[in-house]
Amino acid sequence: MTALWNEIPRHGKWLTALLLLVFIAAPLVVDRYLLSVLVLVLYFAYLGQAWNLLMGFAGQLSLGHALYLGLGAYTATTLWLLFGIGPWIGVFVAIAVAAAAGLIVGWLGWRFGVEGVYFALLTIAFAEFTRIGFDHLGLTGASGGLFLPVSPTAHDWWNLNGGVHLFYYVALILAIAATLLAAWLRQSPLGYRWLAVREDPEAAQAVGINVFRVRMIAMLISAGMTAVGGVFYGFYYRNLFPSQIFDISRSIELILGPIIGGLGTIFGPIVGAIILTPVGESLTTFMQSSGLNVPGAKSIFYGIILMIIISLRPSGVWPWLAKHLRLDRPKS
Amino acid sequence: MLTVDNLSVFYGDAQALDDVSLAVEAGTIVAIVGANGAGKTSLIRTIGGMIKPATGRIRFRDQEIAGWPSHLVCNLGIGQVAEGRQVFPSLTVAENLDMGAMLPRARANRARNRQRVEAMFPKLSERLGQAAGTLSGGEQQMLAIGRCLMGEPELIMFDEPSLGLAPSIVHDVLKAIRDLNASGMTCVLVEQNVAVSLKIANRAYVLENGRVTLSGTGAELLADERVRQAYLGL
Repeated sequence: MTALWNEIPRHGKWLTALLLLVFIAAPLVVDRYLLSVLVLVLYFAYLGQAWNLLMGFAGQLSLGHALYLGLGAYTATTLWLLFGIGPWIGVFVAIAVAAAAGLIVGWLGWRFGVEGVYFALLTIAFAEFTRIGFDHLGLTGASGGLFLPVSPTAHDWWNLNGGVHLFYYVALILAIAATLLAAWLRQSPLGYRWLAVREDPEAAQAVGINVFRVRMIAMLISAGMTAVGGVFYGFYYRNLFPSQIFDISRSIELILGPIIGGLGTIFGPIVGAIILTPVGESLTTFMQSSGLNVPGAKSIFYGIILMIIISLRPSGVWPWLAKHLRLDRPKS
Repeated sequence: MLTVDNLSVFYGDAQALDDVSLAVEAGTIVAIVGANGAGKTSLIRTIGGMIKPATGRIRFRDQEIAGWPSHLVCNLGIGQVAEGRQVFPSLTVAENLDMGAMLPRARANRARNRQRVEAMFPKLSERLGQAAGTLSGGEQQMLAIGRCLMGEPELIMFDEPSLGLAPSIVHDVLKAIRDLNASGMTCVLVEQNVAVSLKIANRAYVLENGRVTLSGTGAELLADERVRQAYLGL
């Protein structure tokens, strides 16, 4: 870890410290609304890191990460509601459930040679099955939804119940931890195996890499991390509907950040979330204040932004930005 | 060192190898020649553990390895230099080389093997920090061979190592293979360049439609009328 830090050029260290300071101090300055937007920025940065491990590092496209998000959210909230098990303990069960689901998807796909687009379709199918299943699961309120009690004045960090400040700092810690984990994994032997498998699975096999196992580990970590995001979602919004949490738009919105920021980079998911979320939120605000009611406008808007950025910066914003800030690693 | 007995391989209904048998003795170069689609690559990939055979036996030293997964086959000491210079393009030369040293059998000796490989291919050691995709075709082939050597193989299977390379580079690649062999490495060579591969081979097999139709020493096959007609155009 210290070696990683030493690799960053001096002004990069200052910029990183400054960014951290801005995020830590933001709640002192900004109002509640802006802070709630920043919560989303951090939340999407976190989920982007989780998804980027699988796609950006190991090269496997999942369009069904809503599955792990939803399983995580439902597991922890149900444990809390029915058994009084707090989210800080429930999160481990949530991770285990989502990771197990990830292993099933990965096993079915990679064991039987389902690759590329077909694998992506498989991931969508699993999220959809699960959505339909939860629509009929009485334990969690079926399609009518699951609700956690709301108490605006609570300051109960142990039960993840409180104001936006609490969730802001939880999201900040999650985003920082995910980024550190991604950076550490990237330079670990496992990270290099992921890159080898991403670049050329056959060549990876020829150098003795167990392609199946390496992909399964990526899936395990990515699904587990996404489940933590789901726990956060469940306790932050305090209501869950299968038609929302398992919806394909959840899967899509969490992959836009890393794609726009830069696939397979450490800071890409953060940069993507910083660009995309405020833009999306201001569109929503604008639509509301101007009285326009166009369902799906946000999706169209995201689509347009995605097209523009992909055509201008095909490998994402971060590699370009890093070059201009002279933060890219010098190729010796 | 390596013996293949009565090996048959299918892709769905299509038979790629039909009752193939061959033997590779330690320290030799064995050439496998044949037209496109004769089953040469299927043979290498089956020995390497990437394709499971329907029937037949593959023995390496004292182990029966037919059907083993590729990462275990690699770790026994059977290296592969796959067709088409499969380097990892966006990784650096150094990273590519280190990727070859991730095998449990070779992990501990990484530094020593790096020195050896760099001494063998000085051009690579000048470009360690460069992305492998920016190397020339010949340099990529050297990198693929160097990466394979990082895994300390006892036998290397080369699949079309001269494919798509300029004639002078082909010469370099074949010289590298001969040098390796001179230092004791056992080599299996699949080459479209039949004349050259028969010249350097101790033993050779001709594959046609998945079957071995002819075998003998390199010199014998070079002199064989059928080989001269079919593959050398004489």
